[in-house]
Amino acid sequence: MSAAPPGPRRWDGISFEERMATVDFRIGARAHITVDPDVCRSCTTKVCVSACPANLFAPTADGGILFNYEECFECGTCYMVCDSAGAITWTYPDGGHGVVFHHG
Amino acid sequence: MAERMEFDAVVVGAGPAGASAALALARAGRSVVLVERGPFPGSKNVYGGVVYGRVLDDIVPTWWEEVPVERWIVRRSTMMMTGTQSLAVDFRTDAWGSAPYNGMTTLRCHFDAWLAGKATGAGARLVTSTVATGLVRDGSGRIVGVRTDRDGAELHAPVVIACDGVNSLLAKEAGLLPRAEASHHTLGVKEVLDLPPGAINERFGVQDHEGVDMEILGCTREIPGGGFLYTNADSVSIGAVLSLPELAASGIRPEALIADLKAHPAITPLLRGSTLREYAAHLIPEGGYDTMPTLAADGLLIAGDAGAMTLAAGLWLEGVNFAIGSGFAAGRAVDRALTGGDCSAHGLASYRSDLEGQFVLADHKRLRKAPSLVLSDRVQQRYPGLLCDLAEGMFTVTNPTPKPGGLELTRSVAARHGVKLRQLAADTLRGLRIFG
Repeated sequence: MSAAPPGPRRWDGISFEERMATVDFRIGARAHITVDPDVCRSCTTKVCVSACPANLFAPTADGGILFNYEECFECGTCYMVCDSAGAITWTYPDGGHGVVFHHG
Repeated sequence: MAERMEFDAVVVGAGPAGASAALALARAGRSVVLVERGPFPGSKNVYGGVVYGRVLDDIVPTWWEEVPVERWIVRRSTMMMTGTQSLAVDFRTDAWGSAPYNGMTTLRCHFDAWLAGKATGAGARLVTSTVATGLVRDGSGRIVGVRTDRDGAELHAPVVIACDGVNSLLAKEAGLLPRAEASHHTLGVKEVLDLPPGAINERFGVQDHEGVDMEILGCTREIPGGGFLYTNADSVSIGAVLSLPELAASGIRPEALIADLKAHPAITPLLRGSTLREYAAHLIPEGGYDTMPTLAADGLLIAGDAGAMTLAAGLWLEGVNFAIGSGFAAGRAVDRALTGGDCSAHGLASYRSDLEGQFVLADHKRLRKAPSLVLSDRVQQRYPGLLCDLAEGMFTVTNPTPKPGGLELTRSVAARHGVKLRQLAADTLRGLRIFG
């Protein structure tokens, strides 16, 4: 049995939460990305969990995926790497919402 | 009925491609609307980053006197590393430190807003905080505008120019881009670290507005990719560019690779005492010339990242210049099509031929085989260590044992890294063919 996927760790003395706290998010009311947990339960790889640079995908005890859209970079990594067709519905946040990069 | 507004052209995305397209059209006297989903141009954009400004010479004369520059690149270091070694080709020139300059570091919220300001200054209408949610088609299937998320308002025009970035939902809807092709993309992750200008000048060997650009191979573990380090005015940008399928397969978190780079003995002293100002991530289209999408449909052109116009795997890391070049060319092609009264794919075909005749597609064509070489297993996994060991073998003084001969040393180091001299020679030749 392989170990659990590596969670975010402290790099350079800052936690992942502190890392994400450096980013400006203007959170919209609508979830711009939705995940179908039924599809995810049948997925054996769950590569979204480690690949998402914002670490928004969390495996659940019943084999599904818990997803939080709020601190999303809108990069597209999740739907590009997803191995399970139909698991991720990906759109942009409503105009003016979502991530705002000040040093991109 | 939702509100409907008519223009000569609708440009989606106020990044460098969209701003340049809108600028070309506005200067031609066309009514053009530039739709941006972020609250201001550049707010959704991330790059390394360096902008190479030569493309601007014809568009904004003496642009360097007004562009929001961080530092002018006068030093470029191409580095290969292992966990304990590094080998760099370090070039500096005064020529890049004065007008008309070569490359500059700049931050996208400043640069993109500056360029979009040129478009609005010429008469383009910028609409921010608005998503183009889909294409509008007429009865014959021709694209005649976009729907927006502003109360469903529609923006109509004979042509839409989709400059909506690497994920271009409009190009996907039009069938020009595949829905999700991970192998054509890399993920860039970046940290901007605060560092006082004096510390940057001392550590990187520059002064005043001079800057440094470092590209690094051998720092991304088993994932094909590379690292970068750029100096801004009072910060540095450090990050990694990672093959998307191999990142996913590895189970390694992307920020862990930035941490690797920051912990490397050749990099750590440069960054000591710096603090994280912003963490960011963005996809990069990496397929190169051979996987570039069709660039035109009836009533639609695509430019910039939406058209996969970047060179990100190789000696050259460029993208913003291609976005500007393609966007401006798209704007001019649309102006010609409007004059000719034919905005079908056929009427817009001069866009592609224009790009083929200038650097935008000529550079992509010349370097079409670069991604497969630079991301190959030998270049990624074997050559950084091989070259570092070769340098170490050459420069380690072994008295009283006599110095090894160059060929003997190369043969033994190559063997240690599982590379045959024949392969090394073949890859060298391949590299010369691709880059020469």
